[in-house]
Amino acid sequence: MSALGSEQNPLRVAVVGSGPSGFYATEALIKSGKTVRIDMLERLPVPFGLVRSGVAPDHPKLKQAILVYDKIARSAQFRFLANVTVGRDVTIDELRAHYHAVLFTSGAETDRRLGVPGEDLAGSHTATEFVGWYNGHPDYRDRVFDLSQEVGVIIGQGNVAADVARILAKTVDELKHTDIAGHALEALAESRVREIHVIGRRGPAQAKFTNRELRELGELHGCDAVAEARNLELNPESLEEIADKNNVVSAKNVEIFRSFTVSPSGKARRLVYHFLKSPVRLLGEGRLERLVLERNRLQGPAFQQAARGTGETEELPCGILFRSIGYKGLPMAGVPFDERSGVMPNRSGRVQDANGSVVPQVYCAGWIKRGPTGIIGTNRACSVNTVGSLLADLPNLDATPKAGADALYPLLETRGVRVLSYPEWLTLDTAEVERGKPKGKPREKFTRIEEMLAVLG
Amino acid sequence: MTTIVTDNCLLCRFTDCVTVCPVNCFHGDDEMLYIDPEVCIDCSACVPECPVHAIYEGEDIPDDKKEWIQINAERAPNLPEIDGKQDPLPTAEARKAELGY
Repeated sequence: MSALGSEQNPLRVAVVGSGPSGFYATEALIKSGKTVRIDMLERLPVPFGLVRSGVAPDHPKLKQAILVYDKIARSAQFRFLANVTVGRDVTIDELRAHYHAVLFTSGAETDRRLGVPGEDLAGSHTATEFVGWYNGHPDYRDRVFDLSQEVGVIIGQGNVAADVARILAKTVDELKHTDIAGHALEALAESRVREIHVIGRRGPAQAKFTNRELRELGELHGCDAVAEARNLELNPESLEEIADKNNVVSAKNVEIFRSFTVSPSGKARRLVYHFLKSPVRLLGEGRLERLVLERNRLQGPAFQQAARGTGETEELPCGILFRSIGYKGLPMAGVPFDERSGVMPNRSGRVQDANGSVVPQVYCAGWIKRGPTGIIGTNRACSVNTVGSLLADLPNLDATPKAGADALYPLLETRGVRVLSYPEWLTLDTAEVERGKPKGKPREKFTRIEEMLAVLG
Repeated sequence: MTTIVTDNCLLCRFTDCVTVCPVNCFHGDDEMLYIDPEVCIDCSACVPECPVHAIYEGEDIPDDKKEWIQINAERAPNLPEIDGKQDPLPTAEARKAELGY
């Protein structure tokens, strides 16, 4: 039998998920020097994961990462099987039978919960729902957000929280020439939200915003960014943190927050930053009306400070709330999963079972491997690491030649699954761009799966 | 907005930045790396990766480093793409210490 990864016996890998991690894993495999064939499976009809449906519409430059993925997708070694749900349309065992390796890059699709009473009151949402909704993700197309409320609250101080805050704070004029979903733009045009509170459980020195994102929140046309000076006082440990030469980002964040304390200029909306507060209860008759926050203090040495409740509480009236405290992966039938951390337990991308033994052929990269941290490029290093493990394992993998997608296509056809190809995505892509033109938008996304399938005939 | 590599990279060339670049916009000669501004998407992923803080973006570029905007733009497109981690230069650790990192 020819060596695995040779011309006569190409290494066949199924990549599950078409976001950044999936494409970076594909790139690393193609550049490995081995003969490889990669089939990427995606549950939606459209590719690019969070670059399409997570990155905010007013950040078009970040979406140019898609140009890199498009180039990878046009490689001769690559096939795209979209509109296929692994675990439902095809099982993990079937993938293991038809591929030498299965690499999960399926991301972290669900939100962490606050775990406080009232969390599920009407008016309380996850950031994921809102982000998916304004970005035209089919799963969130029909979500309804009551933007007739005047006060909105965002729990969390990371970049997703920043995106949500910005979309709520921007004027329609600031959004109408982006690729924001049409239904979201219409709803936001009617928004009566005037005050947006962004709540962090730790202090300004621990906020996870990037400098660029935070700065942007202070430069909005119709919204003043506000942080009270007394809330920006730092304890000695936090001062030590921002004095550290390797912690420039936090030092600069504090500096930017301080620029927010200058008195507001009377714009129509206000974005207010709160620190050292945690939600303990959501209250309201039938729907969200008030939020109870507990004041925290920081405890522990510099860089390891944790928020501890003081018992002292305050109430904030609020009509709509978004929780943005992190994501969690979803389990895949037949693959080990760590419920607590929301990832596939793994060692350098090799998936392990509960006893710590490696599950042959099964790998993971991106958020399903390490949790929802980092930005787009972080996933490149992560995928390269996993592919390194996979390539090191080649001598131990079953070298029997595999059929890959040639075996999957007939199987999926008998199951009535309409598999979409990369050229079909390009057709949808062109149609979206065309639809956007009359509105001065870079594209008008299709937001329903039926709609996408109808375009393809 | 522009993101650039500056002179702290000279004698170091750690290349940690390259591993997190989502668009492969780093190019290099034997001495240091440069960012191709036509390809870079200003995501800032590389900025905190540099052990000697050689990378600056947008309004954080100090006045005395501004000349590097043009140097990056001129040199990067004519040099080979660096798309993976490479060994730092032999002088890297000494230079890092000298720079106080």
